[in-house]
Amino acid sequence: MQMFPLVAKGAQVRRRGKVLVGPVDLTLGGQGTSIVIGPNGAGKTTLLKMLHGIVRMNGGSLDWACPLEEAQKRQAFVFQTPVMMRRTVIDNIAYPLRLTGMGRKDARERAADWASRVGLGEILQRQATMLSGGERQKLALARALVREPEVLFLDEPCAALDGRATREIEEILAHASDSGTRLIMSTHNMGQARRLADEVIFVLGGRIHEFSPADEFFAGPGTSQGRAFLNGDIVE
Amino acid sequence: MTDLWAGLSQAFWLLVTLDADLVEITLRSLRVTLTALAIACAIALPLAAFLAVRRFRLRRATIAVLNALMGLPPVVVGLVVYVFLSRAGPFGVFGLLFTPTAMIIAQVIIVVPLVASVAHQSLRELWSDYHDLLISMNATQLQRIQALLWDGRRALLTAALAGFGRAIGEVGAIMVVGGNIDHATRVLTTAIALETGKGEFAMALGLGFVLIALAIAVNLCIHWLGRTESEGRW
Repeated sequence: MQMFPLVAKGAQVRRRGKVLVGPVDLTLGGQGTSIVIGPNGAGKTTLLKMLHGIVRMNGGSLDWACPLEEAQKRQAFVFQTPVMMRRTVIDNIAYPLRLTGMGRKDARERAADWASRVGLGEILQRQATMLSGGERQKLALARALVREPEVLFLDEPCAALDGRATREIEEILAHASDSGTRLIMSTHNMGQARRLADEVIFVLGGRIHEFSPADEFFAGPGTSQGRAFLNGDIVE
Repeated sequence: MTDLWAGLSQAFWLLVTLDADLVEITLRSLRVTLTALAIACAIALPLAAFLAVRRFRLRRATIAVLNALMGLPPVVVGLVVYVFLSRAGPFGVFGLLFTPTAMIIAQVIIVVPLVASVAHQSLRELWSDYHDLLISMNATQLQRIQALLWDGRRALLTAALAGFGRAIGEVGAIMVVGGNIDHATRVLTTAIALETGKGEFAMALGLGFVLIALAIAVNLCIHWLGRTESEGRW
């Protein structure tokens, strides 16, 4: 059964009386890469977490084309600061497979394969918390991709990485996208947004100010805030 | 000071000659304590993980009660267990009073709140790290608890060792429910109490040093088995 479109209607997240995100009206199709951009504190992370279902909504609706339970199994999330489970690299990557009931041997075989794909094949037995920032993010990506999700949410996955690590991560993402994984990702890096985006979601003050194809957005945003943001001005 | 040296000397000779009584009560001490600790951990560790991951109405109250019970007076526990196990009590029919089993029951009651509280502190921190990740992965409640217990196992070792320390040094409750019967329920702590009562300070001190040495040896052994000091491990 198809997952998309994902339709949000008046979706809202409030905490202690303050609206963090919303109301959001959005329809996401099943193809390409959506990049969420906006200044610090705009609500990008909360928006992604709301769409993924980690953050509970306080109003509105969010509907996948398939039942929610089914949709939850077919998506994954990569956090800005990767959470390293207190296990080895291979056991970290195998963990999501073990959750589905896959046997230890099969899970570790598949995990080793994914570790090799992201360049961690030489350090399978290293403790995950001993890894560098770039290695951690690669591990987080492999752990997210190992179940071959149809949708992958990424919250600024390259925020603290150097150029080389960023390029490696982007290559992994490009490969995942080519393999049919739908990417929905936030970033601060406009260069990265231009490289990866098929469509852009511009968020400001918890609301979506623009949602347009990447070419259109980068050619000339339709809102003054979007133009100001693209020009590097401070927008609030 | 003389008593102290005499105690050390007595402890040395008890150990060197492998005194039969000493070996017997030391083994009984270990058996009672380790059995109680194993049962207490089987109850307390999953309870601690459950309290870390599950939100429910009386959660805070439960944690507060658990913390408060860490200071449970052992002699009161002993008294309550005595009442339950005595012939007139609800479990009198089992004939457990003045047996090592009664001592184990009392120790379990004393140790569970301590192990659960210490374990909960460390698992709560681990859960704050894992929360979003495990929810994102659709881990069930049971899988979350399993992940916390496995990944937090080295921190849980500390909780278990705290429980061991409390149990091995316990005297009030096991004196009440065990009765300090020679060749039946006498353990190191009750033997020390008895020797002190008789005025045999050297013997009491000797047994005390053996008790301390035993506690240190078990701690070292568990640390070594758990490889807690290995680089890059937890």
